[in-house]
Amino acid sequence: MKKTFKLDELDCANCGAKMENAIKKIDGVKDCTVSFMTQKLTLEADDDKFDQVLAQAVKVCRKIEPDCEIVIK
Amino acid sequence: MKRKQKKVLIRIILSAVMLVALKIFAPEEGWIAALLYAVPYAVIGYDVIFKAARNIAHGQVFDENFLMMIATVGAFATGEYTEAAAVMLFYQVGELFQSVAVGKSRKSISALMDIRPDHANIEVDGKLIETDPEEVSVGDEIIIKPGERIPLDGVVLEGEGSVDTSALTGESLPRTVRAGDDVVSGCIDQTGLLRVRVTKQFGESTVARILDLVENSASKKAKAENFITRFARVYTPAVCFAALALAVIPPIFVGGWLTWLHRALIFLVISCPCALVISVPLSFFGGIGGAGRQGILVKGGSYLEVLSRTGTVVFDKTGTLTRGVFNVTAVHPKEISEATLIRLAAYAESYSTHPIANSILDALNQEPDRTRISSCEELSGRGVKAVIDGEEVCVGNDKLMEQIGVKWHPCHHVGTTVHVAVNGRYAGHIVISDELKDTSKEAIEHLRAQGVSRTVMLTGDSKAVGEDTAKRLGMDEVYSELLPAGKVEKVEELLERKDPKSALVFVGDGINDAPVLSRADIGIAMGAMGSDAAIEAADIVLMDDDPAKIALALSISRRTLRIVRENIVFALGVKAAVLILGAFGLASMWAAVFADVGVSVIAILNAMRCLHSGRRN
Repeated sequence: MKKTFKLDELDCANCGAKMENAIKKIDGVKDCTVSFMTQKLTLEADDDKFDQVLAQAVKVCRKIEPDCEIVIK
Repeated sequence: MKRKQKKVLIRIILSAVMLVALKIFAPEEGWIAALLYAVPYAVIGYDVIFKAARNIAHGQVFDENFLMMIATVGAFATGEYTEAAAVMLFYQVGELFQSVAVGKSRKSISALMDIRPDHANIEVDGKLIETDPEEVSVGDEIIIKPGERIPLDGVVLEGEGSVDTSALTGESLPRTVRAGDDVVSGCIDQTGLLRVRVTKQFGESTVARILDLVENSASKKAKAENFITRFARVYTPAVCFAALALAVIPPIFVGGWLTWLHRALIFLVISCPCALVISVPLSFFGGIGGAGRQGILVKGGSYLEVLSRTGTVVFDKTGTLTRGVFNVTAVHPKEISEATLIRLAAYAESYSTHPIANSILDALNQEPDRTRISSCEELSGRGVKAVIDGEEVCVGNDKLMEQIGVKWHPCHHVGTTVHVAVNGRYAGHIVISDELKDTSKEAIEHLRAQGVSRTVMLTGDSKAVGEDTAKRLGMDEVYSELLPAGKVEKVEELLERKDPKSALVFVGDGINDAPVLSRADIGIAMGAMGSDAAIEAADIVLMDDDPAKIALALSISRRTLRIVRENIVFALGVKAAVLILGAFGLASMWAAVFADVGVSVIAILNAMRCLHSGRRN
């Protein structure tokens, strides 16, 4: 499954790059891109693990850049 | 400016005023000076210090806040109070500038792609009600008022208006639509009320597909972009360790701990990779945005990168270089008038559904009077035999003429020749061919001017037609009488033959070309308004069917890549220069801050030029 999320308050490009790397390392993630320009996170992960992976991604994101938040609709 | 940015601006002004005041009235040295200078430092830098502390707690060591904190606290510790506060101030000014510039560019790029319709009008009990386009289903009727954006793809039932397609195609000339015509979402109805029956749900409509494509384009990162993120990961720790080495190793041999510590702090300030990390994706994003404005949709930065290396362009003929519509291009009667020849042929073909028959009927430009046709017989693969006003008329190819024993002669015009015989006597022939698009020749010339060394045409058409078209356009190679599978083989052959460093681009109208589009290094689909298969298979989609846009796309990609390279060289060059000067004590911390945020800002401004690529004068 592939989903796109908006990133709120992503202010630094390097943080975006760091987040992308960290999320890619989460177990079950097939692919992930963080676009600083569009302020979007695209996450591709196994269907059954998706929610789990997303929760972990949110945690990782908070650790790297506490100001930035993944908006979950 | 956002609220957050305004707050920073106030802090900048406040601390700048304080710094100037202190410079005039306060002592330069001593603990009183330290205490006094700590005030503007705290005002301007408290958030940096807070973030640095918090991020260390999270295990993020080499982040820019931390580096700035170490550098300025270090300056404070070595007694450089003014410098510590001023460097922090300068850093914040740079950061603010950077965030405003990025925000601006983001906005101007998204404004380009602002084609999302906000409502659809539906009629309920004679009254118009505005609804969300997503709630309208296929088959519903919607009303579009003058000045409104067409919310969903559909067919016009009633009304007439001129439609501005510029947001989608970059074409400024409006198109007139009448009842029965298709309209595409995202265009603006300029005049006239239109009643439209919806043919696609919002999620599948043109506008939704384009928005989806543009929004996802950022996820297909170019090689240069990946290189720079990988580089940044190594760069920061490397410079930090160099700083550590600089602070410790030289003083062991030559002494002067404070001097070397100060030089090491300069290293730390330069170690932030932001200028690079920010400017490369911004350039690609700007390039994609600028192309989008011209009706060229690029599915990702990586495709711009490959496109810039184009050496070979392979074209499909029908529908790409030619209109794909057959027209009568020559009428050569014998002993009768041109009009009579056309009329005879059209009457004879009037029951046929063959594309050739259609084009002859179009040339007649009126409904044939069918009562004058007393019999009509279709001769498969040869033509038709009909009796019109009591005369036997045979219309068809060479084979038919041979069969009925009529002496015919070939035509010097290239195309499909249709012979006409009346009562066994040759009456002349009509030539039917596909017309070239107005911009095809120009497109090939522009490509050549931009250094494309080889232009190739692939066609399923006959050798004579293919070679004639290629000659008229001035193309290098032509392969004719190819079936769709043959086109894939030819492209594979060309891929093997080309210079491995250059890229092969295939341009097609996307209908039968999906396998070739995906096989080529870059697949460009044309006239995508409405064609799903084309948007899916291609890497670059031209919204209208103008082949001249290919050269434009190429020049946009080249310009974008040049700006990307400029930025990489500039940012790395300045950083390297300041690092070297700093190591020998020739650069101040001011220069270091410039090498960090100043370079970022310049790189961002340079990247923004990508947005204006391809704008025609």
